[in-house]
Amino acid sequence: MSATTATLDSTALHGDTGTALRFITCGSVDDGKSTLIGRLLVDSKTVLQDQLAGVQRGGETDLALLTDGLSAEREQGITIDVAYRYFSTAKRKFIIGDAPGHEQYTRNMVTAASAADAAVVLVDATKLAWAAEVEDGTVVKRELLPQTRRHTLLSHLLRVQSIVFAVNKLDAIDDAGLAFERISTALTTFAEAAGVQVAGIVPISALKGWNVATRHADWVGYEGPSLLELLEDLPVTVQDEAVPFAFPVQWVEKFSSSADTSQGRRVFWGRVASGHVEPGQRVTVLPSNQTATVAQVLSHTRQPKTVHAGHSAGIVLDREVDVSRGDWLLAPDAFEPVREITATVAWLDDEPLVAGRVYWALQGHRWVKAKVARIVDRVNITTLESEPATQLEANSIGDVVLALQQPLAVLPFTQSRALGSLVLVDTASHKTAAAVLVQPAAAKA
Amino acid sequence: MNARTENELLLPPMHSPARLSNTHLDALEEETVFILREVAAAFERPTLLFSGGKDSLVLLKCAEKAFGAGRIPYPLLMIDTGHNFPEVTAYRDQRAQELGAKLIVRSVEDSMARGTVRLAHPGESRNAHQSVTLLEAIEEFRFDALIGGARRDEEKARAKERIFSHRDSFGQWQPKDQRPELWTLFNTRLAPGEHFRVFPISNWTELDVWQYIEREHVGLPSIYYTHKREVVERRGLLVPVTELTPPRDGETVQVRNVRFRTVGDITTTCPVESLAADAGDVVLETLSVDVSERGATRMDDMTSEASMEKRKKDGYF
Repeated sequence: MSATTATLDSTALHGDTGTALRFITCGSVDDGKSTLIGRLLVDSKTVLQDQLAGVQRGGETDLALLTDGLSAEREQGITIDVAYRYFSTAKRKFIIGDAPGHEQYTRNMVTAASAADAAVVLVDATKLAWAAEVEDGTVVKRELLPQTRRHTLLSHLLRVQSIVFAVNKLDAIDDAGLAFERISTALTTFAEAAGVQVAGIVPISALKGWNVATRHADWVGYEGPSLLELLEDLPVTVQDEAVPFAFPVQWVEKFSSSADTSQGRRVFWGRVASGHVEPGQRVTVLPSNQTATVAQVLSHTRQPKTVHAGHSAGIVLDREVDVSRGDWLLAPDAFEPVREITATVAWLDDEPLVAGRVYWALQGHRWVKAKVARIVDRVNITTLESEPATQLEANSIGDVVLALQQPLAVLPFTQSRALGSLVLVDTASHKTAAAVLVQPAAAKA
Repeated sequence: MNARTENELLLPPMHSPARLSNTHLDALEEETVFILREVAAAFERPTLLFSGGKDSLVLLKCAEKAFGAGRIPYPLLMIDTGHNFPEVTAYRDQRAQELGAKLIVRSVEDSMARGTVRLAHPGESRNAHQSVTLLEAIEEFRFDALIGGARRDEEKARAKERIFSHRDSFGQWQPKDQRPELWTLFNTRLAPGEHFRVFPISNWTELDVWQYIEREHVGLPSIYYTHKREVVERRGLLVPVTELTPPRDGETVQVRNVRFRTVGDITTTCPVESLAADAGDVVLETLSVDVSERGATRMDDMTSEASMEKRKKDGYF
C-alpha cells in the first residue's frame, strides 16, 4: 500500500454521490463556448499541467484551445465538432459536450443535444442591440441571434430537461446592469413564445471567470447561483417510466448446448424503452402480433429482477415465438401500430429533404423504408411561425408526413423518447440525414 | 514533470474525491454493454482490438457481462509492433485463453518483411506503422467493425470522435464529416470496403477505468503496479532502460519505484514514479496527478499538437 492511502478518509471515497450530469454548451459562433468550458475545467482543477502548457500562445493562456482539438479548428478558429470533456466538483461529476456554434455544423450540435440532460445556451451580450429603446419613433424589438434561437428550439424539441441561458461578455459592457436586464427580458419573452421552460439566466464572464465556478458578488444586480452551482443541482433526464412497457430487441442470444436447446430458450437482449419488465407480464410481439408471457428477466449479472426504463435486460418468454433483432416486445393493447406518421424533423444532411423520396428510417433497432409523403411546413427560426416549404434544407426544422413500408408502434416524442424518435438515413450516401420527432397524430390533421 | 520525489508522492490530492461514486460506474458499464451487444448484432465480421492493456481488459470485462463467460461472439485482434513488454503479451495470451476467445495476432514485422512498412531508420518507433498492419488485417479478414478501448479523455482528437466512427475504404477518419449520432440510434450502414471503429468506453476517464478495475477485481499485467525498474531521466520523462531503449551518453541509470499508467510500444512508453501496489492505491494516486496520462508517459505525442489527429486520418485506431 502506498503512503497516499492514509491521507484520505475511506468512507468519503466510497460514498455514492449520484449520477453524472451530461450537459452541452451551445449558442452562436464566438459567443465564448470554448472559453467557458476551458474556464470550467481550469477552475475545477481538471486541466493538468501538460495540457495547460499546450494552450499558451505568446505568453497568454487561450482557454478555447483546450477544446478545439482538430487542426482545421485551430486553423479557422471555430469549433467544427463536439468535444466531450469530463470534470467533477465536490458535489458531482460532469460530462460536457462542447457543441459547435456555426450553422453549418448544426448536425453536430443536435448530436450533442440528443444525449444531454441540460443545455447551456451562451448569449454574447456585445453582439446584441440592447442599448436603444426607441429608434425613428418606434420601440426597438431586441432580437436574439438566429443561432441562439435555433439552439434553444432544438434543445427544447429534443426534450433536453433543463435549458440555462448564460449571458456572456458582460464585463466588456459599460452599463452591464442595464444590458443584463434587457437581454434577460428578451430571452424570457422568446422562451415564453416558444414554450421553453428556462432553468436559469446567469450573467457571466467566461474570460474572467465571473459567476462561472464562483459567484461574483454585487454584479449586474444578479444574486443567484453561479453557473456551476446551478448545474450541480440540475436533475438528470427522467426516464419514460409512466409509459406502457416497450422493448426493442437488440440481440438474440441462442444457446447451442443441448441442455439449453431442449428447453427451447432464447434470450432477447435490449434496453427497456419505457415502463418496466418483470416475470409474469404478458407481451405482444411487433410485427408478428403473437403474444407470450415473460418467464424470466435477466440483467447484466444475470440475476432475475424487475428492469426499469433506461436499463438493459434479457427477456426469456414462456414459449417459442418468432422474435428477431429489430422486433419490439410491447405491453398488449397499449400501442396501435401505424403506417403513417407526422413528425417534426431536424434536417441535418447537406442534401435537402425532398418530398417523394424514400429514406431508411431507424426506430429502436428496426430499419424500415420511409417515404416523405408530404412536407407540412417549415419553422421560421426568427418569428417561430410556420411557413410553406417544398423542401427542407440543411439545418432547418419542419413537419413532414412519412409513409412507412411496415407498421411501427410510435408515441409522440413528448410522451416517449424511445418510441417517438427515429433517424432518417440517405439510401445512397448512407449519411444520417435527419432527427425525427413523432408528433401527436391529431395535432397536424 | 512526472519525475516526482517520494515526498511529493505524499502530498494530499488536488482533486475532490466526490467523483468516486458507484452510480456513475454502473451507468458507464450499462452504456458499454449496450454498445458491445449492438456491434455483435449489427455487423457481420466484428473484432475487438485487444492489447493486454488496462482499457482493453476493462472492455473484455464488460464483454463478459454482455455475453457471459466463454461466449464473446467476436475474435480478439492484436496488432503487434514486436516491441512489447513481455509481462503484457504473456497476460494477453493468458486472458484470451481463460475466456476461450480466439486471438488473432498480426505483426508490424510481417508488414516490414512484405515491404508495406518501411522504417526511416532502424530505431524508429513502430507505433505509427501499426496503421498499415491494421488495415492489412482488416482487408485479410474483411472486418466491418473494430472495437477499441480508446477514451475521449485521452487526447483532444479523441475527444471529438463518435462512438461509432465511420471509416472509408482507406480506413480514414474524416473529422469534418462525421455522421450525426442521435440518441442510441446508431447508423451502422456501410458501403462495401468501409468499416466502423467502435469505442464503447468513450465516456470513461482514466479514473473511471481504475475505479472499475478496483470494483470488479479486473486483473492487469504486473507492470501497472509498483516495481523496481532501471530508468533514465530524459526531458522530464522516465525512460525505461531496455535493449531497445538503451541509455544515451552522459545519462545516469537509476533504479526507481515505478508503474506504467499506459502500456504500448516499448520505444514510446514511459513509467511514472509510484508506490501504488494495487488498484485502490492507483485510484488514490490518479486523484492527485497533475499531468495527463499521455503527457506523463508518451514520447511520441509531444512532437506535434495534431499528431493523433493526423495518425487517425491515416487509419490509426
